[in-house]
Amino acid sequence: MAGSVQPATGGQNSALIAGNDHQPANLGDILERVLDKGLVIAGDIQVNLLDIELLTIKLRLVIASLETAKEVGIDWWEHDPWLTGNGEAGSALEAENRRLKARIDELEVGEHREIEGGDHD
Amino acid sequence: MTDRETGTWLYAVAGELDQPLLGSLTGVAGEPLRIVQAAGLGAVAGSVPLDSFGEQALRRNFEDLDWLGRIARTHDKVVEAVVRAGPAVPLRLATVYLDDDRVKVVIQRRRHDFERTLRHVAGRTEWGVKALQNRPTAAKPVARTAGDPPSRGAGTAYLQRRRTQLVARERGERFAAEQAADIHSALSTRAVDTRRHRPQSQELSGGKLPMILNAAYLVDDEAAGDFIRTVSDLEEEHEAIRLQLTGPWPPYSFSSLEEGTP
Repeated sequence: MAGSVQPATGGQNSALIAGNDHQPANLGDILERVLDKGLVIAGDIQVNLLDIELLTIKLRLVIASLETAKEVGIDWWEHDPWLTGNGEAGSALEAENRRLKARIDELEVGEHREIEGGDHD
Repeated sequence: MTDRETGTWLYAVAGELDQPLLGSLTGVAGEPLRIVQAAGLGAVAGSVPLDSFGEQALRRNFEDLDWLGRIARTHDKVVEAVVRAGPAVPLRLATVYLDDDRVKVVIQRRRHDFERTLRHVAGRTEWGVKALQNRPTAAKPVARTAGDPPSRGAGTAYLQRRRTQLVARERGERFAAEQAADIHSALSTRAVDTRRHRPQSQELSGGKLPMILNAAYLVDDEAAGDFIRTVSDLEEEHEAIRLQLTGPWPPYSFSSLEEGTP
């Protein structure tokens, strides 16, 4: 098979396949894989994904929608450290940190309005 | 320590890799890609400016969903190209080193993990299956009888109605959970490994139907046709469920064999 990944489109089933070249229709599909999965090795640049507010907010949404599911026993994410965060101890500190970061951002934005070159798709 | 302007962003690690397979592909910063060789393994890497991809910058940029989405898709595109050429281990987004020498050190140190993972995923492909609940599980609201006297017993009637709804909803959810478990176990028999992701919230997925299963399956390439057929059979068997198949994916969900810090 020459090790290549063939989209195994089996005729009548092809309609099922959401894009035969794993077309990334859903950003959530990609994000949950590239952020949460993949081999995790410590880089020199340390980015604690848990600190990133946007992501944690998104994840909260995931959990919120499932509170009822939890009651009926779908709870495998409960033990996921990425989700549970284990951040209780440092939360006061974190909050303080956020306030400071927000303040810095405000000050920075004052200087240059858009930090990243804005080539949005 | 000199003032560094770039870091080395890693995409994937594979066995033998040829530079030509990367073609004209560029990375998350639009940078050309290269292969860093060490311990008989090759890491696909690119140099990224630290003023956008350094620690502080990443924290800031990751808050921007457009930016994050763009970077995630590009990272995925590179990983996919590598995987198409042969077994490879995708690395998590934002694995950045100060320089190539540091990359070599890490590959040396983690070579056994890489080799083990490469063996695990060789000749196999990750497929994603999401199950959506086709019918709202909430009970049909009990119709108000037109002649109900609004005064007496309205509160009791409301509570009664509410209770009926809750019971029905709970029953519906339990049923959905059972169906999800059914589907998952049927698909698991066709896979060599499985992972359940969290179901995506509707806010995140933008879908109209609640997701009750979100799983990844590592399937032998020869069995891929079988697997896909099974998905479509299962969808027919479970009329209250819609299944979505995604893939082929690089083996993201099957690359974190162990999380121990080096």
